[in-house]
This record gives sequence, structure tokens and C-alpha cells, in this order.
Amino acid sequence: MIAGLGLAALWLAAALAALQLYAGAMAQRDGGGAAAALVRPAAVVQGLACAFAFVMLLWLFAVTDLSVKLVATNSHSAKPLIYKLTGAWGNHEGSMLLWVAVMALSGSLIALVERRLPERTMLATLAAQAFVGLGFYAFLIFSSNPFERLPQPPAEGLGLNPLLQDIGLALHPPTLYFGYVGLSVAFSFAVGALLTRQVTPEFARVMRPWVLGAWVFLTLGITAGSYWAYYELGWGGWWFWDPVENASLMPWLAATALLHSASVLAARDALRAWTIMLGVVAFSMSMLGTFLVRSGILTSVHAFAVDPQRGAFILVLLALYIGGALALFALRAGSVSEGQRFAATSREGALVFNNVMLSAILAIVLLGTLYPLLTEAFDVRVSVGPPYFNPVGAIFAVPMLLVMAVGPLLRWRRDSIARIQRPVVLIGVILLAAAAAALAIGGVDLLPLLGLALSAALALASLMPLRRRRLHRVPLSVWGMVVAHFGLAVAVFGMASETAFSDERLAAVAPGETVRVGPWSVTLAEVLPNAGPNWTAIEGHLVASYRDGDPVALDPQSRSFWAPVQETTESALATRWNGQLYAVVGTAGDVGAVTEGDVRRWQLRLWWKPFVTFIWYGGILVALGSALALVGRVAADVKRRTVRARAAERRAEVIE
Amino acid sequence: MRWWWIPLLLFALFLGVAAYQLNQPKDDFVPSAMIGEPLPAFDLPPALDGVPGVSSADFRDGKPRLLNIWASWCVPCIAEAPQLERLREEGAEIVGVAIRDRPEDVAAFLDRYGNPYTRIGADDLSQVQLAIGSSGVPETFVIDGEGRITHQHIGDIRAEHVPRLLEELRKAGR
Repeated sequence: MIAGLGLAALWLAAALAALQLYAGAMAQRDGGGAAAALVRPAAVVQGLACAFAFVMLLWLFAVTDLSVKLVATNSHSAKPLIYKLTGAWGNHEGSMLLWVAVMALSGSLIALVERRLPERTMLATLAAQAFVGLGFYAFLIFSSNPFERLPQPPAEGLGLNPLLQDIGLALHPPTLYFGYVGLSVAFSFAVGALLTRQVTPEFARVMRPWVLGAWVFLTLGITAGSYWAYYELGWGGWWFWDPVENASLMPWLAATALLHSASVLAARDALRAWTIMLGVVAFSMSMLGTFLVRSGILTSVHAFAVDPQRGAFILVLLALYIGGALALFALRAGSVSEGQRFAATSREGALVFNNVMLSAILAIVLLGTLYPLLTEAFDVRVSVGPPYFNPVGAIFAVPMLLVMAVGPLLRWRRDSIARIQRPVVLIGVILLAAAAAALAIGGVDLLPLLGLALSAALALASLMPLRRRRLHRVPLSVWGMVVAHFGLAVAVFGMASETAFSDERLAAVAPGETVRVGPWSVTLAEVLPNAGPNWTAIEGHLVASYRDGDPVALDPQSRSFWAPVQETTESALATRWNGQLYAVVGTAGDVGAVTEGDVRRWQLRLWWKPFVTFIWYGGILVALGSALALVGRVAADVKRRTVRARAAERRAEVIE
Repeated sequence: MRWWWIPLLLFALFLGVAAYQLNQPKDDFVPSAMIGEPLPAFDLPPALDGVPGVSSADFRDGKPRLLNIWASWCVPCIAEAPQLERLREEGAEIVGVAIRDRPEDVAAFLDRYGNPYTRIGADDLSQVQLAIGSSGVPETFVIDGEGRITHQHIGDIRAEHVPRLLEELRKAGR
């Protein structure tokens, strides 16, 4: 019954998307009329229908309706309720439905409130959005139906992958999907603007909140995902250059570039074709990521719901949307005039430079991710990892960070270095001082050294746009930029510090023994069994003290889940302001402990990671900065609109 | 042709490769690429006083040997120790490479679990380990008399693995 309602709502949403596309396309030809009036209402109802379908899926998971295949294969009645609910999107079908539901709801929002662009452009945009949505509906209904029933309901469900039974999962994938969806809206605006030849500053201003919103969510999603992998996988690493991680990083890089080029277009009417292309590329990267993850075409630690059949379906969608949009771009870009010119030494100049750097990093990540695919076609197996990504990425990231420090100090259109000489010299001095300090500490490799120096310089530089201004009069969007740039400096510092100064200690320890790692001494007090609702574990009780200070208890576990059967390591962390102690006990391979006589020894892995937490604090600051910018921009738009409406009212009164 | 056709062309290239790859059978088994390869050149200092270090030249004297990647901090290595002892009793010469270890820990380990090794090198940065294609500890390689890798055993050696390793060692001696 519930499943039936959900499926019916999904079909209804698909039908409405078809109507929205048809009416939007007709409106382009005859310039309005009856068809045009249908587009916005269709978009609104489509969003509601799709959201309803998703709520039905949540319900099925909440009550563990085992007659539904998706519930039976991914849930279990003994699971805590919160993980029953998050399990609704912790699988292929449910996550696709969540994505489509959010996409349809944003379509509703645009249809309801966005009236700044010419109506023809808006209808084209909504038609493009319906076109994208239609493909996803077809994918869901014909190849990944979340509401599929089983003829014979099993007695019990198979359970959710234990790695995913974690609150991190409740946050991480949905935030990324919100980000992807924001980019799909930007994509639709880009297509709409190209189709109706309306690549204007106004278009950039309308698109910008969606890119900013997408950027907030992508940043949070990547930050949460990184932290989740860090504490859940028990490897002590925070980024592995795994294809799936890259799949989330690439849209972020494209969105970062898009955000900045859209700002240039909005403020200065320049970079028209480039902004449009980034709008197409950003969403393409989201789709590409989905394809890589779901098709299983690349081997990844995250690969889930791997199915070549579905892969083929997504590939067709990719060909249709990305191919279509890029073809449209190639045909129309020539007719998009170049826009305003500007000098190299100017705000625009710096933004263009960093746009190119970001695109280069994007290209490098893309190449590294797809390279194994390419060589496998010639029967050569390769794995591309940090030795490629780190140095090659740094070639472009280092100049980007340097220009990023100086760019915000420059004026629009034309400026001279001489005018900003003093702050630039100050930034340079800080850069060299930080590098010298890192060298003095010693044992720091080149890349972390550069990271430490650049982060110090960027942290200072990012605050400079505030100097000689009254802080309470600084617009919110400038605060957003300052906070986001500062956040990046904080994150880079965390990455560099973790790489440069981490201390690792591996030991086979008997209870009562003490191990030293960095400034910490860690004693294994005892190892005891423990149990949860659907797992059993051995739990190490560690007592750690920092420079012989107060003892801190750490209880890392090695868990065995029984539905499905899987071993996981639950790391334990002791967080200080200046870093984290990371402890893992037990299983490395099959043998996690060994007995000799009456002494039992346990495998213990300890890391002291100075300032590692700054990576994620920085990520949160970046997201906060973009959220501030988003609020600032939207508030300014609303204000402008009300002022205009009042002026119009007053004019009307005068005429009377 | 203008630059704006380039993204479309690159995308078409990707589509072609991806479509081709999707239709290829998926095979996740990766055989060791090091079988049949000579040992990479290395020269490791001794892991503790009184024991010789290890260099790749030591393996080119015509005698096949086992190369055991291990560490004192590694619990599976403790489980493996009796099997190494048995291999040694059966006449295998075992050369050890200690990964990211400390001399005092190595000494304590050998005191406690016995020393099956003729030589022990210290690989403090896992350089040799990575160069010979080992991703974990312990791992054991069979090296023939010309310093060529003929077999790779991943994980700890259990009692049931001993005959296979002896067999590989005999084959490498021929």
C-alpha cells in the first residue's frame, strides 16, 4: 500500500516533468500562450509529488516493511530507528530518490520565487530542469525502482553495511546530494541562458545563490566525509585520493571556479562564455562522479551498488545531458559576445588566473581518476595515488594560493601593484618567516613546508580586506569571502601540519604496558568484551596522558557485526586544541591478538597528529563563509526588490 | 575550429572509453607483477647490533632463500614465528626485513619468539617493502639463486602453508 503510493507519486512526478518540458519547449516557439502558463505550476506539483514519494520510502524503512525488496536487502528490524531511517538513503535506489526529490523541490522553489530573468529564459531553464529530471525518473522507475516488491517477504532483512551504521552517514551523502542538486540548477540556468541568448550579469546574479548553496553543501559534505573516513576506517588518514573522493572533489573544484567567475560576470559583465562552460562542467562532474561510483567501472574502497547495467543507463544519461549541453555550448558560445575587457592587474585578472588554476587542478584530478580506465583498455593495470596527485596538484595550488592572498586587495578593472605594495610586502614577510620557522623545526618535506608557509600568509592576507573599514558596515558578502578564505588557510595549515609532524607508533602490547607516541604516553589498562544492539566487540581500555598531565581514557573497539557479518575498527580519539591522539586496537588481518603463556598481547596502533582537526575546522569555516555570502546576497536582492516596488508604488501615487 | 569544441571532444573520448570498459568483464584479481622480476637494488643497515644487514647483492650467490617482511609491533608476526622456525629447521634460509622498527624492540621480539633469520635489515621508511610490491606485514617472498622473485606469500604463514613454501623454495633451487 505505502509502496504503491510511493511508486504512483513517482510516476506522477515523471509525467509532470514531461509536461513541464513540453510546455517549456512550446513556449520557446510561440512565445508564451497557454503552454507557458503551465510550466511553473507543473514544476511546483512535480516537486511535491517527488517529495511525497521519498517520505513514503522513509516510512517503509521506519516500519521495516520486508515485502519491499530495498528494505529487505538493506535493513533489519533489530537496527536502531535512526539507522533504519538513514538506511533509506544508504543504498543506491534510495539515494537516487533522495537526489531527485531534492532536485524537484528546488525546481518548485525557482518556479515559485524567481522572477528576475526574462520569462522566456526562465521557461527554458525550467524545461532544462525537467529534461534532467525526466532522465532520473526513467532511471529510477525502469532500472532502480526503490519500491519494488518481493513476492515472498523474508522473515528478516539483510541489514545495513556496518560501516554505514554511523551518524556520519546520516549527514554525509545527503549534504553531497544537496550540493549536486544546486549544481544541477546552475546547469539548467546555464542551458536556459544559452538557449535564449541571455548571458547577462542578471543571469549570473540569479544563478549565484544556487552555486553558493551548492558550494556550502559540497564543502560540508566533503569535510564530513573526510572526517568520517578518518575515524571510521581506522587507517588514520583523512584523504586517500580514492576515485569516489575525487568524484566529490571535482564538482567542488568546478563549483569554486564557477562561483568566482559568476562574481566577475555579475559585477563586471566579463567572462560570459567561460562562466557558462563552468556551469555545464560543474554539473557534469557531479554526474560523472555518480557514474563512476555506481557503475563499478573503477575499483574503489567505496564502490557501492555496483552494477554495470545501471552504469550503462547512467552513461546514456551522461551522453544525453553533458553531450547535449556541451554541443549547445560549442554551437552558441561564438554568439555570446566577449563582454567587458579588463587589465591583467585587477580583481578580474586575479580571479581569471585562479579560475585557470582551479580548472587545471580539476583536469589533473580528472585525469588521475580516469587514467586507470584508459590504461585498462590496453590491458595495463595501474593505480594512481598520492605520488601523482600531491605534487602535480601542488604545481597549480601553490600559485593559486599566492594569487588568492593578493587578489582581494586589488580593485576591479585596473589597478597597480604599487598601490598595494605595503600589504603585499607584509604578506611576503609572513610567508618567509613561517617557512623559516618550519625549517628551524626541521624534518619537514617540501610540500608540507610550502603548505605551512602559504597558510600563514593566506590567513593574514584573508583578513586584509577588512583593514581600514568600519567592521559593522562591511557587507555580509565581504565577510563571507574573508571567512571562507581564512577557512581555507586554516585547512591548509591542518593538512600541512598533519603531514609534517605526525608521529606513528605500532606495538604489540600486553595489559599494563605503556607506549609513547609524540608527547603522549599511553597505557593499555585492560581489554574487555562489549556488545551493542547488533554487534559484539573487544574494547581496549587505554589511559593516555599528554606530557604527564591528567589521564584521558580512550576506548577503541574492534567490532564484529552479525547482520551482515563484518569486522570494523572503531577508533578512539583524544582531542586537544593542538591535535588529536588516534588509537586503534585489534584486527590487522585475522590475528588481532596472540597469547603466550598467560600473557595476551594486542595489536595497538597510535598516532599523534598535531593540528589535524584544523583541516575540518577550516572546512566548516569555508562553508560558514559561503553561507554568509549566500545570506548577504539574497538579503541584498530582497532589499533591492522591495525598494524598487516601493518606488513604483510612489510613482503610481504621484500620477494619481 | 574554436576552443569551445574542445570540451565536447574530450567528453566524446571519455564516453567511448567508458562504454568500451563497461562491456569488458570485470576481473578484480590482480596477480603480483613482481613474480619473475629481479629484486630491486637495496642495501639496508642491520636492524640491531650483532646481526648483518641485508642487500640485494646477498641474494645472487646461487642459493634460494626466503625474504620475510615483518615487524616487532606486528601481532600476526608473532603468530607466524613458530612456522618460520619450522621452515628454518627444514633447511630454509630466511632473511628478515624489519619494517619501521626500533633496535630494542627487535631484540626483545627475537628474545621472546626466537630468531629464525640469518640477516635482518632495517627498513625504516618501508622503501624496500614498497619497492618489492608488499602492502602489508607480514609477507614472505621466495627468491631464487639469481635474486629473482619466484613466489609471494601475503599474510602470516600458517602451519598449512609450510609445505607449499618449501615446495616453492625447491623449485626456485632448480
